[in-house]
Amino acid sequence: MFMRPTAALAALFLVSTAPLALAAEKPTDPQIAHIAYTAGSIDIEAAKLAIKTSKNKEVVDFARDMERDHEAVNKQALDLVKKLKVTPEDNDTSKALAKAAKEERAKLAKLKGADFDKAYIENEVAYHKQVNGALETLLIPSAGNAELKSLLETGLKIFQGHEQHAEHVAGMLK
Amino acid sequence: MRPLLLGAALALALSASPAFAATIEVTIDKLVFSPASVQAKVGDTIEWTNKDILAHTATVKGGWDVTIPAKSKGKVTLKSAGAVDYFCRFHPNMKGHVEVTP
Repeated sequence: MFMRPTAALAALFLVSTAPLALAAEKPTDPQIAHIAYTAGSIDIEAAKLAIKTSKNKEVVDFARDMERDHEAVNKQALDLVKKLKVTPEDNDTSKALAKAAKEERAKLAKLKGADFDKAYIENEVAYHKQVNGALETLLIPSAGNAELKSLLETGLKIFQGHEQHAEHVAGMLK
Repeated sequence: MRPLLLGAALALALSASPAFAATIEVTIDKLVFSPASVQAKVGDTIEWTNKDILAHTATVKGGWDVTIPAKSKGKVTLKSAGAVDYFCRFHPNMKGHVEVTP
């Protein structure tokens, strides 16, 4: 009886940390660019689904903010890689992120109303936490190019704001 | 005579200056209003310079709402006295404060 919750917790921990735990080795700049862009695209996709699905004004406003900001950051990232003549390189972390996001989207697509709102916002809190943790501990310290590092640092500031905003909306839904 | 005249002109200009509305500059950098708190008089203009790659707003609940596009500027002319808190609608944890005296 005692095993079950522990196993469930372990499984949960494994799931939530798996995508970034894969990046045990220091990623290169082309890989970092790919990871950052992928992470942004994932949140844009989730935002689009929320704008389409949710009827809650706070949730839709939040999703619009996510779409607007992540599109702006991704555009900046694309401009930078073009300028630096870097080709973003797909990698295991990007793949794991994309896979986890696909599963999350499938889960969200089945939900409606308040259930959807709650699941979307809770995932936004967790997702931004995860990405911000990866930026702080792995991507920013690993970045070689100064401009890439600076863009990631700006991104972190922005996404920390998103995390707080998501937590605020999550609190209101309770 | 000349320096005296200049001095007189300057004194006139200085004494007259309070009648002219001032522009108060606020910078937005990495999601922070700086300075976060400013003082102004009715008729003054606040101008925000947004250095971020994101759009922001300076919004007072039930009051003015200024959109400040990325790498751009936005401004508002203050029409009434009083202290107001403003925030960014897109990033609600960005906060600023204006004290407007008559």
